[in-house]
Amino acid sequence: MEQPVPVVELKGITKRFPGIVANDSINLQLRKGEIHALLGENGAGKSTLMSILFGLYQPDEGEIYVNGKRETIDGPGKAIKLGIGMVHQHFKLVHNFTVAENIVLGIEPRKGLSINYKQANGRVAELSEQYGLMVDPKALIQDITVGMQQRVEILKTLYRGAEILIFDEPTAVLTVQEIHELMQILRNLAAEGKSIILITHKLKEIMEVSDRVTVIRRGKVIDTLVTSETSESELAEKMVGRRVSFQLDQEKRAPGPALLQVRQLTVKGHDKGRNVLNDVSFEIRAGEIFGLAGVDGNGQHELVEALTGLRPIDGGSVLLGDIDMTRKSVRERMRAGIAQIPEDRQKHGLVLDFKVSENMVLTTYKDTRFGRGGFIDDKAVDEHSARLVQEFDVRTAGIHVPMRSLSGGNQQKAIIARELSRNPQLLIAVQPTRGLDIGAIEFVHERLLQAKNEGKAILLISYELDELYKMSDRIAVIFDGQIMGELDSEQVDDEKLGLMMAGNRLQEKGGGAA
Amino acid sequence: MTKWSRIFIKSNVWIPLIAIVLGLLCGAIVMWIGGYNAWSAYSALWQKVSGSKYDIGETIRTITPLLFTGLSVGFAFRAGLFNIGADGQFIMGMTGATIVGIKLHGLPWIVHAPIAVIVGALVGGLWGAIAGVLKSSRGVNEVISCIMLNWIALYLSNYLVRTLVLEKGQQRSQMIQDSASLSIGWLSKAMDNARMDGGIWVALICVAVFYVLLWRTKQGYELRAVGHNADAAKVAGIDVKSSLLKSMMISGIFAGLGGVFEVLGVFHYQVISAASSGYGFDGIAVALLGGNHPIGILLGSILFGVLTYGSAGMNFTANVPTEIVRIVIGCIIFFVASHGFIQMLLNPRKPRRSSKKKGAVERGSDLGLG
Repeated sequence: MEQPVPVVELKGITKRFPGIVANDSINLQLRKGEIHALLGENGAGKSTLMSILFGLYQPDEGEIYVNGKRETIDGPGKAIKLGIGMVHQHFKLVHNFTVAENIVLGIEPRKGLSINYKQANGRVAELSEQYGLMVDPKALIQDITVGMQQRVEILKTLYRGAEILIFDEPTAVLTVQEIHELMQILRNLAAEGKSIILITHKLKEIMEVSDRVTVIRRGKVIDTLVTSETSESELAEKMVGRRVSFQLDQEKRAPGPALLQVRQLTVKGHDKGRNVLNDVSFEIRAGEIFGLAGVDGNGQHELVEALTGLRPIDGGSVLLGDIDMTRKSVRERMRAGIAQIPEDRQKHGLVLDFKVSENMVLTTYKDTRFGRGGFIDDKAVDEHSARLVQEFDVRTAGIHVPMRSLSGGNQQKAIIARELSRNPQLLIAVQPTRGLDIGAIEFVHERLLQAKNEGKAILLISYELDELYKMSDRIAVIFDGQIMGELDSEQVDDEKLGLMMAGNRLQEKGGGAA
Repeated sequence: MTKWSRIFIKSNVWIPLIAIVLGLLCGAIVMWIGGYNAWSAYSALWQKVSGSKYDIGETIRTITPLLFTGLSVGFAFRAGLFNIGADGQFIMGMTGATIVGIKLHGLPWIVHAPIAVIVGALVGGLWGAIAGVLKSSRGVNEVISCIMLNWIALYLSNYLVRTLVLEKGQQRSQMIQDSASLSIGWLSKAMDNARMDGGIWVALICVAVFYVLLWRTKQGYELRAVGHNADAAKVAGIDVKSSLLKSMMISGIFAGLGGVFEVLGVFHYQVISAASSGYGFDGIAVALLGGNHPIGILLGSILFGVLTYGSAGMNFTANVPTEIVRIVIGCIIFFVASHGFIQMLLNPRKPRRSSKKKGAVERGSDLGLG
C-alpha cells in the first residue's frame, strides 16, 4: 500500500545512557491524522524516545524526518517551530493565572506595551470551540479541575500551532468521566487532521482510541500493529514478553465474621468546620476484599487516616474484632493488626535514603526479635530482610543498598512484603498498583488475593474501576465523605457506580450506610 | 529538611579530601597575590602545630570544642534538623558549669566536678530543646529560633555572670572552685604546661556515643527515620514530635559539654563578652566536612583545630595574617558544599546533566501511571 509521506519518521534512533541502551535503533512512522499509541512498560524507553522527538535529548544515532525533511531537533523551541507539541504528564501551569494567560504565556499578543487580553481570550475561545474543549478562557487555573487543566495544556500546544501532539500518559491523573471526554477530544483532534502520539501502558485506552500501536520493550520496537487487527491479550504479551493472565483464580469462599466495623464515623476537616467524613458505616469480614470506589478527594484519604490513627475521630467508632480502636494511637493499632499499603509509597511508605534492610523493619523494628534493651540487632534485621526480599521477589542489588535505587514496582513489593510479614488482620491497600507495570500489578493482585484467602480483611481503595471489579467481593462508593451505597461484585456495573460516584444514592435495597 | 541532609550527608570520602587540597591551593593563591610566600607560610603553620609538646597539647585543646560542636551539628543533621544554635547551647553549657563550679562549696572533687559537668550539659541540652519544642508544637523553623536563641544565650549568660558570680572590678566571673576543675595537672606538666583537661576524652566518648546511639539503637533508628522522611515515620507509628525534641536535646547536650570543658578544664572562669566565641558556627563547618559521620567529624575537627592553632605560627614566622587561614577554611567549606564541582573534576567525562535529567524523566513516568 502506497502511503503519503509520514508527518514524522524516526529512523534507527539509538540513545545510550551510562549502563543502559534506552532506545535501540527504533523506527517509527506517524501518519497524518492518526492516533498512534506507544505502548511499553515503565522504563521501556517510551519517554526517552519522545524526549528525543521533543528535543530534550539528542539521539546518539539515527535520523528524524518531519514532513519528509531531515531535521535536527536541538531543543523544545525547535520542536515547537516544527509543529510538535507535548502534553506532559505533570502540568506546567501558573495557578493564579487565567486559562488564557497561561496559554499565551511567552508569546503574548501585544497592544503597544501591554498585553492584548481581548485578542488572547478571543483566540483561546475560538480554538476551544473548534476542538470541542469547552474551556473558559477567563477562569483561574486553581479553580478548574485536573481534566480541564489538561485541556489547557492541549490548547497551549494548539495555540503554538502544533500539528503533531505527543500525550505522555494523559489519563494517569483523570477520573473515569474525564477519560471518556479526553478520548473524544483525541478523536476530534485527529479528525481535524492533527497527528497524535499517545504514550501509555493502558491497553483499554489503546483499543478504544488508537489507529495503530507500536510496542516497545527494553528499548526495542517489538512490533507495530493496526489496532483493529489485534487484541488486548496480544498487546499485553508483546509488551511484557510472555503470556499474561487477566483472570484471577477467585476462590469463592464464605467470608468469616466481621473483622473491621466502622460505625457512624465522622471526621471534621482541619478547619473544624465541614465534616470530611460524615456518618460513614461499613464492615469488612475476614477473608473478604472490600472495594471502595470514588473520585479522588471525596474522603478516601481522611478515611484511611482515621482508620490508621493518623487523624483524630470526631464521632462514631472503629472496631477491630471486639477491640475499640477509636482512641488508639497509630502504633497501638498496628500492634492490634492494622497494616497499610499507602497511596504515596515514596512519601508515606518508605524512607528512600534508608537501606532496603532498614526499610523492611520500618513498622516492626520495635519487636523484640529485632533486638532487646533498646538496641537493634543488625543480624536479625538482615536475615529478616533477606528472607522477605527472596520470598516476595524484590529485585535489588542487595539488602544494603538504599531503597531509592529500586524501581517503583520493587519498592511496592518491599512495602507489601513488610506489611504482610506482620501477619495483620486488616490490610488497607490504597491504589496498590498505581504506577506499576503489568508484571508487578499481577504480583500485587495475587498477593492480595492470597492474603484474603488466608482470612485477612482487606480494604481496597482505588480510582480504577477495573481493579475494583477484578479484586473485590463487595464494592462501596464514597462521595463527599459519605457512603453512597454498596454492591456485591456480581451486581456491579459501570452505570450504577458512575451514578453513585457522581453523588446519587443507591435506590434499591442492599444500600449500605444511609 | 531532606534538602539539607542531601547537601550535608555524603558518603564519598574523596570529596572532603579534594576540598581540603583545593582550599589550601586557594589560600596559596591569595597569599601569592598578597606577595607572601605560601610555602613558608604553610610550613610555619605545621611547625607551630607540631613544634613542641606544648604546641601539640594546645592544638588538642583547640580541637576539643570544635569536636563537641561538630558532633552537635552533625547529630542534628542526621535527625533532619539544622542546629545553627550550637553556639547558644555552648554558651549556656558554659554558664551552667561556671555557676555550679563557683557557687557550690565544700564538695569533694568526685562529686562537685561531675555535678558541674552534668548541669552544664543539661542546660545546653535544654537550650536546644527550646528550639525543639517550638518546632514540634508550633512548627517554628529551628534555624530561625536557634539564631535568636544564640543571642538570648549570649546576653543571658552575661547577665547571669554579672549578677551572680562577678569577680570584683573585672569583666569576668570568679574562678571556679578547685573541686570543680577538670584540668589534668600531670598531663599538663608532661606537655610542657599546655592546658590539658578531660575534655578531649569525653569528646572521644561522645564520638562513640554518637555512632552507637544513631546506628545501634532503636531510638537512633527512629531519629534517623524522622530525619529522612518524617511523613513515613509518622505512618509507621513513630512519635515525630518527641523525636524532634530528643534530637535537639541531644544535640544541645553535645554543644553544652563543649562549653562545660572550656570553663572547667581550660579557663576556670567565664568572661563577659560582646560577641560569641563562634565555636557553634565552626561546628557547622566541621560537621559538613565530616559528612556528619562521627569519624569524619573527628577528622574535620582535627583539621580545623590544626589550621586555627597553626595560623598563629604563620603570622609569627612567615608574617602572613591569620585571616588567611579563615579564607582557607571558607574555601574548604565552599568546595565541600559544591560537591558537584568536585565530582566533575573527578569524572570530567561523565555527562552528569543528562543522566540527572534522565532520572527525572524516568521518575516522572513512574509516578501516577496507574
